[in-house]
Amino acid sequence: MVVSTRMALDGAHAAAHAMRQINPDVVAAYPITPQTAIVQTFSQYVADGEVDTEFIAVESEHAAMSACVGAASAGGRVMTATAANGLALMWEILYIAASSRLPIVMSVVNRALSAPLNIHCDHSDSMGARDAGWIQLYSETGQEAYDNLFQAVRISEHPDLLLPVMVMQDGFITGHGVGRVDVLDDSAVQDFIGTYKAKHSLLDVDHPTTFGSWDMYDYYFEHKRQQTDAMSKAMKVIVDVGKEFGETFGRSYGIFDSYAVDDADLAIIVLSSTAGTARTTVKKLRAEGVKIGLLKPRVFRPFPAQEFVDALKGVKAVAVLDRSVSFGAMYGAGPMFLEVSAALFAGGSQAKAVNYIYGLRGRDVIPEHIEQVASDLQEVADTGKVKSLVNYLGLRE
Amino acid sequence: MPEQKATWKEANIAGLVFEPGSSAEYNTGTWRTRRPVHDMNKCTHCMICWVYCPDSAVIVRDGRWAAFDYDHCKGCGICASVCPIKTEAHEHTGKEGKVIQMVLEEE
Repeated sequence: MVVSTRMALDGAHAAAHAMRQINPDVVAAYPITPQTAIVQTFSQYVADGEVDTEFIAVESEHAAMSACVGAASAGGRVMTATAANGLALMWEILYIAASSRLPIVMSVVNRALSAPLNIHCDHSDSMGARDAGWIQLYSETGQEAYDNLFQAVRISEHPDLLLPVMVMQDGFITGHGVGRVDVLDDSAVQDFIGTYKAKHSLLDVDHPTTFGSWDMYDYYFEHKRQQTDAMSKAMKVIVDVGKEFGETFGRSYGIFDSYAVDDADLAIIVLSSTAGTARTTVKKLRAEGVKIGLLKPRVFRPFPAQEFVDALKGVKAVAVLDRSVSFGAMYGAGPMFLEVSAALFAGGSQAKAVNYIYGLRGRDVIPEHIEQVASDLQEVADTGKVKSLVNYLGLRE
Repeated sequence: MPEQKATWKEANIAGLVFEPGSSAEYNTGTWRTRRPVHDMNKCTHCMICWVYCPDSAVIVRDGRWAAFDYDHCKGCGICASVCPIKTEAHEHTGKEGKVIQMVLEEE
């Protein structure tokens, strides 16, 4: 029987609880809104002796990720947390963590990048890091952010992968929004994540190993190919771990969380908390007879290209909602639209795809916006024509 | 026959190196465009070049200057810069200057 305690927690405290239960060897972190509640709460656990973690209070996020790289190279189970400009300051070391094949797990509370200064939610921070070589899991609720962290530990440490994982939740909306979270029993968490024994460690003096070696034109290319190979193996691991988590704790996780997509003519694709708003609206529209479905990706890296094509089979018109912009990209589209479009084209799909940029810097997205999207999609499906490829929800025109 | 390098499937993960001290096998001397030459007749074996060389490319035997390790000398010229001993006609270049002088690699 699964033992859990139902608690009222915001997403940040849920993530801090997960970190307490994971009890990592090392956490190196720097506080930044809206992630602060995670680091502040976790450092209290350290001070109270509730965890065995070596907590390194660093001077910046660049130093935080650097310390994580060192600790993970030494064979430790390592975690950190950040948001927005903090994630941007980590950029250089994000690549080094992934390329060094270090299983670091990071909790990211999505927040807009400056400027102008804004502390509220959009996905420009983690989307900017999408090519750094990290696995990316997006969470709709505090519960998902909590559950995803345990799975992230298992995924990142899988011997076929050895890749860092970032687990996202929406800043303030999820991070500071109190909701119901079933907190698992500490020992059940430990049983699920197991112990981590690094195959290679800086501290293994009997097997001296050089980490971060000089890698010239004769080998760098091969090492990059190894990284793409590990990414290509990640999807199966993510699915397997999500299934095992479901069998153990009763909450299964896959690549998507889809609603009413199977027989749908129209589909909406959206990450994280807005999926809740979209699901409610889709339910209402379904009751009115609109054949619409919702596809919420949980995994953005590796990108589930074929899985998107399969999931959208039979769909005539699809709207991709992006909470960030890829500046200068095709028609100023968002990153998820660009990749979904590429996947649909490469997969031979006939579905018409349109893009909606929404919710930048915490701008509210409300059911009426989703209904507008559905109405636009119906027109695209009926006429077979896309009038406007990239659109803006909730922008004053 | 050229050396067979590991394929991406065979190469160590993340470029990890499991043999300690193996950087000696990497002949950085191939980067060199200018190389130091040494005048044994005037050298006082003060070993200042040995102290300053960043690549440990000055070979010493029995406390005396013996040779440059041209497999690893990158030709940075620090030894020639710090050499304190003058010569009127260098053993190799014939030029007035220091005991260690830099010449073009092909000379």
